[in-house]
Amino acid sequence: MQPLRSHHQNDAIPALPLYRSAPPLEVRLEDFELYAIDRLRVLKAMSDGLSRGKNPEEMEKLVKGLLRANMRHPQASEDVNKDIISHFVLRLVYCRTEDLRKWFLSMETALFRYRFLLLTSNDHRRAVMAEFNLPYKAVSNAEYEGVKDKLGQVARSIGQPPPTANDIFYKVPFEEVPELVANRKVYIHKGYAYVAMNQVVSLVVTQFRSHLSKALILTNRKWTSTIREQEKDRLTPIVEALSTSYLGPDYSQPRESAEISIKDLDQIAKSSFPLCMRHLFEKLREDHHLKHGGRMQLGLFLKGVGLKLDDALAFWRAEFSQKVGAERFEKEYAYGIRHNYGKEGKRTDYTPFSCQKIISSTPGVGDNHGCPFRHFSEENLRAALSRMGVGTRAMEDVMDKVRNRHYQIACTLTFEAVHSSTCDAGINHPNQYFIDSQKILQSKNQSPGGS
Amino acid sequence: MDPVHRRIARADIRLRGFPPILLYASPSSRHEIPLVQVVPSLSLSLPSPRRSRPFTHSLLPSPPSLSFFDSRRPLHAPQLLPLPKRPSNCLAEVKETMTREECENGPADMLIDGNKARAPREKQGNSVPDKFNSNYLKFYYGKLFPFSDIFKWMSYGNDGKHPGCDQTYFGRREFSFTLDNDIYLRFQSFTSAAELESSIQEKCPFKIDIGPVYSVDPAKRHAYAQSGDNVFTPVERELIFDIDMSDYDDVRYCCSGADVCLECWPLMTVAIKVIDTALRDDFGFNHILWVYSGRRGVHCWVCDRKARRLSNEQRASIADYFRVYKGNENSDKKVSLTSPALHPFLARSYTEVLEGIFEEKLLLSQNILATEERYEKILDMIPDESVTAELRGKWQEKRQSSISNDINVVRWEQLKQLLQSGKHKGKGLRRYVEEIVFSFTYPRLDMEVSKHMNHLLKAPFCVHPKTGRVCVPIDPNSCEEFDPTAVPTLSMLLEELNQGGVRGDVGDDLDRTSLGKSIRYFRSSFLQPLLKSCKEEMESSYNAKLQQMKNSLSW
Ligand code: SF4
Ligand SMILES: [Zn+2]
Repeated sequence: MQPLRSHHQNDAIPALPLYRSAPPLEVRLEDFELYAIDRLRVLKAMSDGLSRGKNPEEMEKLVKGLLRANMRHPQASEDVNKDIISHFVLRLVYCRTEDLRKWFLSMETALFRYRFLLLTSNDHRRAVMAEFNLPYKAVSNAEYEGVKDKLGQVARSIGQPPPTANDIFYKVPFEEVPELVANRKVYIHKGYAYVAMNQVVSLVVTQFRSHLSKALILTNRKWTSTIREQEKDRLTPIVEALSTSYLGPDYSQPRESAEISIKDLDQIAKSSFPLCMRHLFEKLREDHHLKHGGRMQLGLFLKGVGLKLDDALAFWRAEFSQKVGAERFEKEYAYGIRHNYGKEGKRTDYTPFSCQKIISSTPGVGDNHGCPFRHFSEENLRAALSRMGVGTRAMEDVMDKVRNRHYQIACTLTFEAVHSSTCDAGINHPNQYFIDSQKILQSKNQSPGGS
Repeated sequence: MDPVHRRIARADIRLRGFPPILLYASPSSRHEIPLVQVVPSLSLSLPSPRRSRPFTHSLLPSPPSLSFFDSRRPLHAPQLLPLPKRPSNCLAEVKETMTREECENGPADMLIDGNKARAPREKQGNSVPDKFNSNYLKFYYGKLFPFSDIFKWMSYGNDGKHPGCDQTYFGRREFSFTLDNDIYLRFQSFTSAAELESSIQEKCPFKIDIGPVYSVDPAKRHAYAQSGDNVFTPVERELIFDIDMSDYDDVRYCCSGADVCLECWPLMTVAIKVIDTALRDDFGFNHILWVYSGRRGVHCWVCDRKARRLSNEQRASIADYFRVYKGNENSDKKVSLTSPALHPFLARSYTEVLEGIFEEKLLLSQNILATEERYEKILDMIPDESVTAELRGKWQEKRQSSISNDINVVRWEQLKQLLQSGKHKGKGLRRYVEEIVFSFTYPRLDMEVSKHMNHLLKAPFCVHPKTGRVCVPIDPNSCEEFDPTAVPTLSMLLEELNQGGVRGDVGDDLDRTSLGKSIRYFRSSFLQPLLKSCKEEMESSYNAKLQQMKNSLSW
């Protein structure tokens, strides 16, 4: 095991392990599972928080609470072990498919980020940097003078007090702090980003992420080549149960027995599509075109709904050819649709987007994808909801949730309003919305296929 | 009439002594419509001295036996295209253009005339070129397309003799072709310039796209796919940007969609200046190529070694750095500069580029504040009711206070004054001025193109099949002088070649056309410096490797 700097363990400060190598610890089978479940609780709650669009401060608070509630061990000295063991168990659980890896990687990275931010002193932060072997030198005083104005300008632009000569800045190749670059949180000059001490989190997070990403691939190899077989009576059942219990279905396979034909699309779009998909569907019918993000979001959803590849091609062709002509459709767009079905390119199946993914997307000019509850202006959202048949009372409830950034809850309330029925599970996935809706409609309307 | 939108049917003037050639109508018709069948005859005009070259030196596709430019694969003589059945409205259009043509130039113009053919230059800026045709294109690939430059570029120094060269490098690059029968060929790869050249000349693609360098030869990807491990993956790709005028439709009033004109083109100039400066000064890149996309936008290729090796995440971070538009189709605001100050990059872009072009060019040329509908759009961007009411009051008054000044300028000054000073001072309204300017000028990138390594982008020096214009490089240092309506077209280039006959080698021919300038720029300002630093990098990384080996040996 490798907790950060052994002397920290005696302090009151929680250690921040980097999980560089698996611990040579004895673990009781029971703990193996319990620890993992506790950690999953943390990750899952973080994932919910992020999909609500919680801002960094709110997330920090959330994580602090979650750690306190789930990651403590009755014996304080065991805290670190629990932390490390649970992490490595979940690595096994989440190494097994690309989607599981992606989810785990982003949640563990987020967890690491907030834990790093919760470290109370610069010394602790520097210790983590040292642990990662980050080779950066602090900017010298002379150099600082030269860029002082720019650094001040950046600080103002992100709402922070201007730096002083005592503040430490690191000069780092811009590629190593992509998130600071993306959000214009650093001054960049001739390929170097000037990273303030309080932004160092970004550097270490990048390191953490790339280590973990590589480790997950290795774990996956080990899992498929040896562990699964060796442990088939002991750990394997636990590992396999753990992932499904928390992540829910990914809707990558169309529902069994459900095939949707093109002629039914308009009708089911009206009755059972969540607002995000309904909007894209209507836009497509109206403009005979959708930009890339929209094609992905709607295309994968339709795949999950049960539209077969040939029908999907026919459907998109019918619309796009009205705008760009059949030739251009075949040339420029058909590939993407086949790609969604895993017939081109990497040949892996693409999974329909979850609400979390849609909500955190960033539609730009000309884009219609995203989650309307998050990305529409209030006026547009109201208009769209009333077109769906949401009444005034329910509308106010929905808008109230939107204002508090509970987008999925707003969507759930919308679901309930248009179906006059409850939805206890809440909406987590557009395809779940669709399936739940169909279930209700079928039970209400006993004559199947009646239209 | 807007000069750019004026359409003049320009007859294709052809040399004498050739098989019958067709004249084509204005490209606005969807199909090429032969107007008149002209049987060239020597008696039509006096041979000028320059024209007295031997017949075989002519540039037009000639009968196979006379073909001069590719003895291996003789071109067929241009067949007489069968007259397509035309809908009656098309006929009307043809008639109309013919009439105009006759009025302007007299019927004699329809004949082939030496003088006429030699001095079509003034007209070219105004005319929309003839729709492109695959015989011309074959010609272009045969005589003008700079294969060896493209090969040198895409080899990044790996085509040399240096022991550090990776001889497989060029062969792992994906090319893709769109053929005229709408067949789309992906994952083409070539091992040499000659192979690239002969494939392109044989297939005569309407469009050539360039993809990434993969881990293995993309043409053999299936063989590797069998082996289980996912080894077929992009490993290098230029950092690319695609800026398309059709993304600016909400801020230009002169044209929309695929059309561009000199009134809206400054938006592209802004994009080039802003992005180019940031790529160099902020990100430290040096080898940057800007290219006209042939119709309505520009492409940018950042070719530094570091840029080629960026991960998707790093590419996305650069694209996001440039992104100011957070709005989408369904939200109100397109630009929101909520922070108390602008990031140095945005501040520099604003003062050095955006503000100037907005106030000096776009404000006037787009008549941004001229009508009620338009100024309401701007007032919508200012959330302070008292300000908007005041401005609206002023602007609704019929009478103009000053006749001498442009109404847009007057109103803009009023708006600025109110927001930046006077009684509303301290409300923080200043930034709305900036937001408006950003909304109307700041570059809008197609983010997807830049974010992923495996996006394809049209190769420079392709010919756009709709406009016939060559995708020529644009010098960012003088991009304000670039005129998309004056970019050489395929037919113009062929005419230029015709005028001088053929001297022989390609370089010579190139030089005599208006493409020569573009190629010279490409070589001297882009390719040579690029190859120089490729060589240096190769040298130093090779030496480092040697050093490393030495060290490990001496252990
Ligand atoms: S909450 Fe989910 S299902 Fe509902 S509109 Fe948003 S993304 Fe779609
Ligand atoms: Zn225009």
